[in-house]
Order: sequence, then structure tokens, then C-alpha cells
Amino acid sequence: MNEPNTGILAGYEYLDSVVGAIEGLKKAGFKELRAYSPYPEHHIEAAMGYGQSVVRVFALVGGLTGTATGFAFTIFTSMDWPLVTGGKPIVSIPAYVVIAFELTVLFGALATVIGLFINARLPWLKPNVVYDPEFSAGRYGIYVEVPPTRADEARRILTEQEPAELREGTEAPHA
Amino acid sequence: MPTATRTERGALTHPDIEHLGDVNRDILKILARPGKGWWALFGLAAAGVGLFFFSWGEQIYKGIGLSGLNEPVGWGVYITSFVFWVGIAHSGTLISAILFLFRAPWRQAVYRTAEAMTVFAVMTAGLFPLIHVGRVWHAYWLIPYPNSRFLWPNFRSPLVWDVFAVTTYFTVSAVFFFIGTIPDLAAARDGARGLRRKLYQVISMGWRGTDRQWHHFGKAYIFLAALATPLVLSVHSVVSWDFAMAIVPGWHATIFAPYFVAGAIYSGVAMVITLIVPMRKIFGLEAYVTTKHFDALAKLCLLTSLIVLYAYLTEFFMAWYSGEEIERTAFWNRLFGDYWWATWIMLTCNGLVPIMLWFRRIRQSIPALFVISIFVNIGMWFERYVIVVTSLHHEYEPWAWGIYRPSLTEMGILVGSFAWFGFWFLLFTRVLPPVAISELKEVLPPPLRRRPGEAHS
Repeated sequence: MNEPNTGILAGYEYLDSVVGAIEGLKKAGFKELRAYSPYPEHHIEAAMGYGQSVVRVFALVGGLTGTATGFAFTIFTSMDWPLVTGGKPIVSIPAYVVIAFELTVLFGALATVIGLFINARLPWLKPNVVYDPEFSAGRYGIYVEVPPTRADEARRILTEQEPAELREGTEAPHA
Repeated sequence: MPTATRTERGALTHPDIEHLGDVNRDILKILARPGKGWWALFGLAAAGVGLFFFSWGEQIYKGIGLSGLNEPVGWGVYITSFVFWVGIAHSGTLISAILFLFRAPWRQAVYRTAEAMTVFAVMTAGLFPLIHVGRVWHAYWLIPYPNSRFLWPNFRSPLVWDVFAVTTYFTVSAVFFFIGTIPDLAAARDGARGLRRKLYQVISMGWRGTDRQWHHFGKAYIFLAALATPLVLSVHSVVSWDFAMAIVPGWHATIFAPYFVAGAIYSGVAMVITLIVPMRKIFGLEAYVTTKHFDALAKLCLLTSLIVLYAYLTEFFMAWYSGEEIERTAFWNRLFGDYWWATWIMLTCNGLVPIMLWFRRIRQSIPALFVISIFVNIGMWFERYVIVVTSLHHEYEPWAWGIYRPSLTEMGILVGSFAWFGFWFLLFTRVLPPVAISELKEVLPPPLRRRPGEAHS
């Protein structure tokens, strides 16, 4: 039971091969899957079964925090030293909309980036063991972790789609 | 099952690229060998940056009196150039964010260049308020911070809005630019050796292109684009309110915000053309940036030039139609006063020259577009000069009228600002892949083992 899992990395030249392999592995019940592609490919994303990304929550919360900060900050500073300029009210909401808007965008964008970094596990500082430089050029890839007893089955599904490369190697379980 | 055909994936824009890996080879080789031409341009730019800092340093040392700024014209070349450079920045965000949301397939080839241009143009623009304030060591007073006298900035002032708008714009466009570059930096890492590999290893932050990374990356990119889109419209609106919120004749107009935004995009698209024409030639990117892309850019230029021309005509019409003596005089003075030449340069370059873009032969002729784009750049700089200077030198009271002449220091800084911009842009073409590698692959037809439509086994 505590035997280490086997990791298999397959590289494919063709998009339909990699999608076929993912579908095959999914159907056979393999869950520890990871796909590589040189560009965002929605067919792979669909095959992996992704829903909505939580990054959107980061964007929303960041944006709303920015709006609140923008209004709170401008109103607080005006009240802190009340000084009438240009015959306008001390708290001039229309003028503060500009600041609140800019901070909405600023905080929203920064929160989106933080959300991306957390969810996409960036920066990734461990050495790239399970990786092939071809994955950033023109090749697609699948990495699957299987218990040793099922390794042959996984290997068979991967080979069915004629991989350009097939190798084994495990990676320390990542957070 | 993937069934996209060649035409569906936009293959028609890049007919000469056969394999996905070719993109890496063609783009990454640009990073590997600097030609003599690059070094010559870089030397020129470095010399210009020297001129820039020499002129600015002299002004800091001797005082703002070295500029031609005085009563009544307190805003001159520096503010003109600030508005010009912020405007240049805008089309970069338009191409990278707005056209991304509209799914315009031709943007992929040019957007990385346009985005880099945005970042460097804002970096250039941001220096001008610092130059303009004179005592630059007090520039931090622009930022609201809790100080010993509990004084806060006046948030009712458009100048303070501008501080927020421009700093937000710089931060967001730089972040957007960097995030979009990460997958390409990973591609550069995988193709490089030695010290360069180490560098790309660090700045690509261990990107591996896994499904999970692409999934969140794609979504984050959409949100960043959605946030950058209203931002780009707001920034030049806020810049225009620096003028429109004042009661100076020639400035106090509600049309200013849309007029400025259109002008900004117009000048920025022209600048993209100015930059891409030599880049394509030097780096051999003919298969990536085709005449179709230039045609699309030229159409964008034509559209915005029409909006700008319409705004000019509206301004003149409203001045006449208002029946207000001061306003009428201000616009009469623009056309036939002391600065008539600046106004006529503006009208010729921005109203007359782009008429040529109606013809497809000209839109698809790269030398013609290059020349037109330079005229547009000149015209748009003079547009801002006209707005800033002719309005200030001829306000309400005749005894307060005056003439402004840019000094040598101001000219040195203006010329130097182009070199400063070029300096960063040239560095960019050597360090970061100047064409978006991964995004370009999205519009190429995917490699398929079986023909589309064939049964899936």
C-alpha cells in the first residue's frame, strides 16, 4: 500500500493524440493527471474537465476593496482637515469617483495576479524533473502518477496514441 | 475532439508557418544575435539618453528658469510631451486588452510590441511631471502620505486624479505585460544556455505550461484585460480633465475626454506602425507580421483619425456657435494667431494626411504607411502643443497675453525623451521575445494526426 507511485511522462506531436490519451486515462479512472501544452488549448482544458477558475473571486474582492479604499481614503482625508476649496462641499463624492475608480482597477489587477500566482503555483522553485523543453515549443505532454499495479494499464493507454516520447520518473509530491 | 479547420483557427493570417516549433525558432533567434544595426541604434539611443539627463541635470542645478516657461504660459513642451507620451501608450492597451476581449485574431502578431511600447511610453510620460515641477526633490509631495502637518492632497483637483490615473496605469500595464510574457520567457529558457538560461529561469518563475497553469492563466488574463479596458479609457479622460476642468478658453469643453482618448489611440497606432516596420525588416518577421496586419492597423488609424478630425471641427463650430467673444477669439487665434503654424501642422497631419488611408493600395504599402505614421506622430505632438500653448498665451485679459518660446533645454529633453523610449524598446527586443510565442500558436492550426472529420477510434 505504501509503495511509491510510478510516474509516466508521455510527449505527443498531435493535439488529437493527447486529447485521446487524456480521455482514455480519465475513463480508466486515473485521477493524478497533468497535461502540458505550449499554448492554452481549450480542447485539453475541456478534456481535463475544468470549471470556473477561483481567480475570479480574487479579481472581484480586490476590485471591491479598491472601491471601498478609494472612497474611504478620500472622505477621511477631507474630513481630517476640512478645508473648502472651489466652493465645493467638503465631501465631494463625484470628484472622488475618479480616485475610487482608479483604485478599483489597481487593487483588482494586483489581486488577480496574486490569485494567479497562488492557484497556478507560481513561482515554482523546484527543479523541473518531470518536464521536457519541447513542451514550450511544439509538443503536448501528459504526466500520470499511478500505483505500480496499474502502471501497465496506464502505459498501454498512453502508447495507444503513439507518443513521440515515453519515459518514467517521479517527482516529489507537490503542495 | 478537435475539429478546427485551418480557416477557423485564423491560419490565413500566417500562411507560411508550418509547425508550432517553428515559432520558437524564428522568434527566439532574435534574442540570440544582435546585429550591427541594433548596436548602431542602441548607441544612438544611449547618446540621446545622455542628452536627456544632461539637460534635465542642468535644469535641476540651475533652476526651472532654463525652460521657456513663465507667465502667462506656465505649461509648455513638458506638459505637451507628457500628454503625447501618455497618448502613445494607449494603443498598446487597446491592442492587448480591448482587441483581446473582442477576439480580433490579427492582434496576436503585434500585441507584444504594442504592450512593450505602452510600458515604456508611460515610463517616459511619467518623467515629464517630475521635470515640469522644477524642484524634483519635492516630487513626493504628489503622493498622499501622513505628514507631520496632517496635510492631504486636494482630491477635488484633476491634477491629483492624474497622479492616481498615471501611476495605476503604469502599474497595471507593466503587470499585464509581464504576466503575458511569462510563458514566452519559459520558451526562451528552454531554448537558451548558460547565463541567459539562468536569467530566463528566474524571470519565467518556473512556468511549465501545465493544464492547471494555463487554466488559471487564461482566466487571470481575461480579468486583467477587462480591468485594463476601462482603465485605458479613464486615463486619457483624466488627462483631458487636467485641461477641461479649468476655465481657460480653448480648454473648457465637455468633448475633451472622448476627443483625447480617440487622439491617443490614433497616435499610438501610428507609433506601433513606426516601430514595427523597421523591427519586421531587421528581425526578418515577414511571415509573422503580414500586410494584413498592417492593413488592420491602418484601418484603426483611419477610424480614429476621423473621430479626431470630427472633434476638431466640433471645437471650431462650437466656438463660433456659442456666440461667446472670448471663445471665438481663442479659436480664431488658433488658426491665424501667433501659433498658426502649429495649428496648420496639426490639421494637415491629422486631418489631411490620413485621408490616403482610404485606399487599400496605400494601407498595404509598408513604406507609405511608415511615412504616414511619422506624419501622424508629428501631428499629434503639435495637437497637444496647440491645446496647451495657444490657449494659455491668449487668455481673457489682453494685457496678460504673452508669447512662449521653448528653450534649448526643453528641446534637449524632448529629443532625449524619444531616445529614452527607444533605449528601453531596443533592450526589450533583445531580452524578451518581441512577438508573443504562445499566443501566436493559439491562432495557428493545431497539428492533428487524423484529418478533421475522420472518425475518432
